[in-house]
Amino acid sequence: MDERRLDGNATAGVLAEIFTFEMTTARTACVHCGATGEVGAQMAYVSEIGTVVRCASCNNALIRVARQDDGGRYWLDLRGVKYLQLEEHL
Amino acid sequence: MGRGFFSRGFRGRRRESEGDDRIPPGQYLVDGFPVLSAGPTPRTPLAEWTFTLDGEVDEPRTWSWEEFRALPSEEVTRDIHCVTKWSKLGTTWEGVSVDTLLDGVDTAAEYVVGFCDGGYTTNLPLEDVTDGKAWIAHTYEGEPLPPEHGGPARLLVPHLYFWKSAKWVRGLRLAAADEPGFWESLGYHNYGDPWREQRYWGD
Repeated sequence: MDERRLDGNATAGVLAEIFTFEMTTARTACVHCGATGEVGAQMAYVSEIGTVVRCASCNNALIRVARQDDGGRYWLDLRGVKYLQLEEHL
Repeated sequence: MGRGFFSRGFRGRRRESEGDDRIPPGQYLVDGFPVLSAGPTPRTPLAEWTFTLDGEVDEPRTWSWEEFRALPSEEVTRDIHCVTKWSKLGTTWEGVSVDTLLDGVDTAAEYVVGFCDGGYTTNLPLEDVTDGKAWIAHTYEGEPLPPEHGGPARLLVPHLYFWKSAKWVRGLRLAAADEPGFWESLGYHNYGDPWREQRYWGD
């Protein structure tokens, strides 16, 4: 167990700054191994330099987010996911 | 008692004035050594560890840990600067100069990619890792480099922001074309000079 590993729910804050949908319950499919699951059930590495959501099955980087330190600009890389399935919560 | 008080004040002022010259714009000093991770800490056994030089070279070169540690090492003391704004002065490392690894290599490459356990990469101009500017560091402050700081070996390129000093480095790939690495492809500056505050694209 890596001491700096968090679960995907730790990314709720930064993802909520970008997406209007609740992202921790969004389902992903990993480009590398095909595993599917909710973002909140994946692994997360969160630091000042950026946030990385990694596949709980194969460790592939699913979602990467970097934020300029003044908060004025974000970069989002979704190359690690085949798709995101988003649910509207009414 | 008066002497002690005077002493503390004197050291404090001295250090501040030294730091002023040595801290790049926007940075602050830390005494600790923060750990930033973008993935799990790899734990490759030394018996399985290798360091590889490949890409635009006639013959790729690979060293086992034993062979790598038999290469001449240098002790270097340098200030380091993280893009998240902390700087740490006077850190002492031992490592193998990249010049030593490249000795006798004939290449037309102008760029290099450091590749690592866990898939991390970082890109640099070749001229920024040669002529005594970069090392493969295996020792920090006299002790084997701990895994959380990149051990058993990390790239050390102290004149650039510290994300370029890739932890858990396993090789250098020489390339004719520049290829942005893990953070360089996600908004962080392609070169990363702390003295020009090159943190993000467009800086």
